[in-house]
Amino acid sequence: MRLFQSIIPASVLMALLTACGGGESNVESGNRDGFLHYGNGAEPQGLDPHVVTGVPENHIIRALFEGLAVKNPITLEPEPGVAERWDISEDGTVYTFYINPEAKWSNGESMTASDYVWSWNRALHPDTGSLYAYMLYPIVNSESYSKREITDFDQVGVKALDDLTLQVTLNAPTPYFLQLMDHYSSFAVHPETLLKYGKMTDRFTPWTRVGNIVSNGAFTLDEWSLNRRIIIKKSEHYWDRDNVALNGVYFYPTENVVSEERMFRAEQLHYTQVVPLDKIPEYRKQGNTTYIQAAYLGTYYYLVNTDRPPVDNVLVRRALSYALDRDTLTRTVLQETAIPAYSITPPDTLGYNPPKLFDYDPAKARELLADAGYPNGEGWPGLEIIYNTQEAHRKIAVAVQQMWKKELNIDVTISNQEWKVYLNSVSQRDFQVARRGWIGDYVDANNFLDLFITDGGNNNTGYASDEFDDIILNFAPKAKTRDERYGLFYKAETMMMNEMPIIPIYTYTSKHLVHPSVEGIYPNLMDSLNLKYVKLHPGRSLHGEAN
Amino acid sequence: MLRFIFWRLLQAIPVIFVVITATFFLVRSAPGGPFDSEKAVLPEVKRALEAQYKLDLPLHEQYIAYLGDLSNGNLGPSFKYPGRSVNEILGSGLPVTAELGLYALSFALLIGVLAGVFAALRPNTRQDYIPMGMAMIGICMPSFLLGPLLLLIFGIYLDWLPIAGWGDLPGDKILPSITLGSAYAAYIARLSRAGMLEILSQDYIRTARAKGLPEWRVVIQHALRGGLIPVIAFLGPAFAGLLAGSFVVETIFQIPGLGRFYVQAAFNRDYTMILGTTVFLSTLIVFFNLISDVIAAWLNPRLRAQFKGGA
Repeated sequence: MRLFQSIIPASVLMALLTACGGGESNVESGNRDGFLHYGNGAEPQGLDPHVVTGVPENHIIRALFEGLAVKNPITLEPEPGVAERWDISEDGTVYTFYINPEAKWSNGESMTASDYVWSWNRALHPDTGSLYAYMLYPIVNSESYSKREITDFDQVGVKALDDLTLQVTLNAPTPYFLQLMDHYSSFAVHPETLLKYGKMTDRFTPWTRVGNIVSNGAFTLDEWSLNRRIIIKKSEHYWDRDNVALNGVYFYPTENVVSEERMFRAEQLHYTQVVPLDKIPEYRKQGNTTYIQAAYLGTYYYLVNTDRPPVDNVLVRRALSYALDRDTLTRTVLQETAIPAYSITPPDTLGYNPPKLFDYDPAKARELLADAGYPNGEGWPGLEIIYNTQEAHRKIAVAVQQMWKKELNIDVTISNQEWKVYLNSVSQRDFQVARRGWIGDYVDANNFLDLFITDGGNNNTGYASDEFDDIILNFAPKAKTRDERYGLFYKAETMMMNEMPIIPIYTYTSKHLVHPSVEGIYPNLMDSLNLKYVKLHPGRSLHGEAN
Repeated sequence: MLRFIFWRLLQAIPVIFVVITATFFLVRSAPGGPFDSEKAVLPEVKRALEAQYKLDLPLHEQYIAYLGDLSNGNLGPSFKYPGRSVNEILGSGLPVTAELGLYALSFALLIGVLAGVFAALRPNTRQDYIPMGMAMIGICMPSFLLGPLLLLIFGIYLDWLPIAGWGDLPGDKILPSITLGSAYAAYIARLSRAGMLEILSQDYIRTARAKGLPEWRVVIQHALRGGLIPVIAFLGPAFAGLLAGSFVVETIFQIPGLGRFYVQAAFNRDYTMILGTTVFLSTLIVFFNLISDVIAAWLNPRLRAQFKGGA
């Protein structure tokens, strides 16, 4: 008897004793050894730049590889990467890249222009099935090659003039072309390494594994434990290695945002991918610089199926848009982590500002609804909003539902769908109103406006206008000046927003927690982080600031 | 006894076959495919992808091809993680999940049996009500509540234990094991209490006490063996349940186990991964059930006699 009575407290005590001595935190050891501990949001699908898509993949691939030109972390303007300089022809269609003779693969071999020819052949080849092949479509004949209309890659506008000179010919002047050189779909891969493990177009070979991979960026792959962590280390062969401060980075697949925030608080992470919405007020209150929020190149909106009543009527669509109080929505539901949006292109997209054709105006909204045949909501046939299952989307849908009820006296139902079911509903156009978000691949209004080309794969609204298509596909690419081009975009966007095939809601922001010891993470529109510029300062601690 | 095992194994084959077939056709009938993404996929790209994964074949040919691969032990390539095979992903996640399951089960057994036996010794007194009340709370408390609660206390406020990870920092295996094990500990406590109560009222226990044996010898030498049979029978399904059900704990503590892949696979429509994990786990469940039946039979003299005499 007494034996049992003593065993329980003893075992509890033992468990607690072994528990003690948590030791040095990741941040402390990382600061000492020059390793950044980075919350990366998810396990990457893979590390092959021509196969994968996604944000977590992007972070790691851009540390392992480098493009011809990279983005300045503050201004986002292109600056030398693998190419030490480039010329652009007068008409803006021929780019000549001069590869830095010091640019090396991680095995010490020099990079050549023909590596790019080979890699872009791979990226565009239909058998590779690269989801981002279209990023290279500005290049002459690349689209027909990738659609198998031509099979000879020599006809595509990419030539190696010599070992260090790469000439690229475009269909039309493409002001954002240099930006695409910093997108992983345009990165070079090491031909011999790929061919060692399979064919050029193979998707499944183990060439990206530790020990196999040859890359050309500031870091090399050191460890890849599935769903646990990826460790990269500073490369010995990188051309600008003297300016790389970090010795390496640990990437953690922090799927659970609440766990991620807790890891940050316990100094297991230097940097979090996101911040749980309900923790943001608390971090703001602390008044320190741990919480960093910046405008992000993305728009959150509701897609409207313009073929389904009652939203087939443009007056109804406008009424719905006028009745939304976006200021209140972003202030309350979204805790001031979003910016009200009135069009598809985010404000100040490289100097371009979209038209604002309407505002919150309940009286005008009621008037429009009455004109559409539903005075004070009478005779309203009902409307359904679908969204993919996620608490944040639900909160917004509920707020929108209430606003429409209050201002227009109409009943709206909201319904959540599991992610793939939702994607299926949207692509089959089986919805009336559907939640949607678009994050820009490059900073240019074109990336948002070409969504609404007639029958475009991402249009899904039924919006179709020959004039709009003409401006986006034919006139804007040939514009001589930036002002002329932006003027055309403004005209097209005004046309589109008058028809209201989407109801814009807000512009995204990026939100991170950054440990005080980290320097060189600059908030920017692309949420683009170049780890090469990051420095760690030992001795700066979180304690006393966030507990 | 061997015949019993053989029969049970034979029964397992159709069960697993039905699981494979049902899963194969069910996942393919779910709306949305593995290559659907928020950005529209160009038709030519989609064709190339489907060809690489044999999704362009008619469904029955895909099924036959899958069975063919399966008979060679090949679970196919993952859709979500190009370049990784399902075998490889299972191989990387299983040891972690198994280790976590083992620790959780050990914790559950230690706490559960102690509490159950302790309670059974003085039924309907405070010594019974307190551990059993706690067990009830343990059963009711979901791991997504207990995990964060433990983290808050031991990880953040007291700063004794790491918040997340598996084998990265000293002590990071303690909290996940306790979180996962506690519901099972509670269940085992109730099972062992019931088992012990039944045994303690048996005549041979009264005889042992009458002979003047000290109470601890009565309990340990005479009562435990019989009293724990229900617990043993529960262990097989419990361990299989721990392996298949560790998703929540793995997510909270960022553990690179099987559970996260399993659940993610369903969301991603990663057909081969869903099938691979389902087939694997169902085989495991059948296997563990068999083992615990065998052990229970071996421990229980009455059942053992049955095997010797009849079947």
